Amino acid sequence: MKARWDILVVDDEEIMCESLAAWLREDGYAVDTAASGREALEKAKAKDYAIYFVDLKMPGGIDGIETMMEIRKLRPDASIIIITAYATVDTAITAMKEGAQEYIVKPCNPAEISLLVERIIRVKNLQRENTILRQKLTRQYRCHDIISKNPRMREIIELAAEVASLRSTVFIRGESGTGKELVARAIHNSGDRASRPFVGVSCAALAETLLESELFGHEKGAFTGAAFQKKGKFELANGGTIFLDEIGDISPKLQVDLLRVLQERSFYRVGGSEEVHVDVRVIAATHVNLEEAVREGKFRDDLFYRLNVIEVRIPPLRERREDIPLLVQHFIERLSHELGKDVGEISECGLRLLLDYDWPGNVRELENAIERAMVTCKNRVLTEEDFGFLSTALGERKQWSVPTHLSLQEVERQVITATLDRNQGNIKETASVLGIDRSTLYEKIKRYAIPR
Amino acid sequence: VNVFYLAAVGDVDGDVMEAADACVWDRFGFETRRLAPLPDPVNAYDLRRNQYSSVPILRDLVSRRPADAVRLLALTEKDLFIPMLSFIYGQAQLGQSVALVSLARLRQEFYGLPPNQRTLLARTLKESLHEVGHTFNLVHCPDPACVMSVATNIRQLDRKTGAYCRTCGVLLSESLSAVRRRAVASGETR
Repeated sequence: MKARWDILVVDDEEIMCESLAAWLREDGYAVDTAASGREALEKAKAKDYAIYFVDLKMPGGIDGIETMMEIRKLRPDASIIIITAYATVDTAITAMKEGAQEYIVKPCNPAEISLLVERIIRVKNLQRENTILRQKLTRQYRCHDIISKNPRMREIIELAAEVASLRSTVFIRGESGTGKELVARAIHNSGDRASRPFVGVSCAALAETLLESELFGHEKGAFTGAAFQKKGKFELANGGTIFLDEIGDISPKLQVDLLRVLQERSFYRVGGSEEVHVDVRVIAATHVNLEEAVREGKFRDDLFYRLNVIEVRIPPLRERREDIPLLVQHFIERLSHELGKDVGEISECGLRLLLDYDWPGNVRELENAIERAMVTCKNRVLTEEDFGFLSTALGERKQWSVPTHLSLQEVERQVITATLDRNQGNIKETASVLGIDRSTLYEKIKRYAIPR
Repeated sequence: VNVFYLAAVGDVDGDVMEAADACVWDRFGFETRRLAPLPDPVNAYDLRRNQYSSVPILRDLVSRRPADAVRLLALTEKDLFIPMLSFIYGQAQLGQSVALVSLARLRQEFYGLPPNQRTLLARTLKESLHEVGHTFNLVHCPDPACVMSVATNIRQLDRKTGAYCRTCGVLLSESLSAVRRRAVASGETR
């Protein structure tokens, strides 16, 4: 594993270069040598070394400190260790000021140099891991990474990409587990705020007072236990995006505060008198019918209209069953990696079972089901038996059978009525689910005298 | 090219040479031979440090390596150093053919303790297997019990078991097989 890291030893003394390089190679590192500052710079241009050992005193041309400064310009992330035979406080301070990571006096104890290199490599390994994880996280949540071939989902993905760079508030609606946060992250990561923070808050998880200080922060002494000033999520998201999940659950007082932030882009910390200004894009989400809450007076209509600028409705998984095979394959690939299981595919019967299931918990439930099946699976292929835990729910569903005593018109009437009920009378949604256009739906509602 | 040579640089305890010889034959399975004792490495002596620089000694050993040598392991009583470090127990050419081990700091006397021949032999064998391991391309092993783990003080050296761990053992076997195949091929060419 160590061989992935390259080290360059820079010293005009051949024996010094050769012996240190040999010693480091025995430790498993790939080591090159350079006899002068100039040669070191040439080599630094050609290869990205993780660590440079640079001798402070090199006659002719450029000395150790100058070499280090030039290397730092070329390779800002490299770690440079300055070596000298004469330790003085002045040279140590100069070396460290100019960016040396360490400063060692030769000859040193073998343990010292071993530990030093090990420590630097440990940090570099963590940095590399961090970069990979960050890339992975960002990649996972870009618009084009959302898996779907459903026309409504494709529309949502296109809309998300279009509005990504605007500051307008986005309101995401959908049942639990449909991927509201995923869409919110995709919008954030596809826009020009991508490099800024994305801060998520679940409004349902906290009591009113806690949520208030969580969102807006508090001043020292604002309440018992407020020993320090604390920044709220709005301040932490400054320049970026705040994602307010389960917005339908916030209290009337917080609705007023939130309305003010959306209008003024400013607020007061709890217990504070100084106005805090922020540049934050708000993305809100809910799984409840907010129009109904507005009608019942539980949710402020002015806040509702402020939030509902760009509306995104994510369909439940049962209404986009064509995505199930794609999602299943995606989860198998990802989880086989994470769980370290050699599972590569799903049998036809297994997939049929997943296609027949209703997925009340949507994509999240599907992901959990795949994970559970993979944990217990003994083979390379997931089969129907691995999803035994779904059979109870399926058994109930299978009790429904094709009616043989009804006319085709009656079946159509019942299907339209049930679909309208499920979509709370929304014509556009119902027509989309039934796969017919709106005018045809209106015509059929009229023909069958279906109440709305 | 299938003879494992041993050499003494300056005066070296005969029992220690015998033990190293037996250990090499036992572990690597090559025929062993001794080079005539080499003189004191006066050109490697550093008056200021009162130690011997390992690099010129290794270079000298490379020049003296017989044509049929598969490896050459040299032992010396001299205290060795490289410019960067205050001392080294030994040095080898990674993936090449020459290794050098110093007995100076393996002796209990170095630490102000009474001499102990058994301890000296055990340490010498561990350090020899370690340096020869480098010539077969083995690098330092994270398992502190493995003979290929790095020892920067005598306690760490004593903690090693004197055997290669499973991973290093497998890598060594692969390397040894490749060396043997080359030895057979060169014999056939001749």
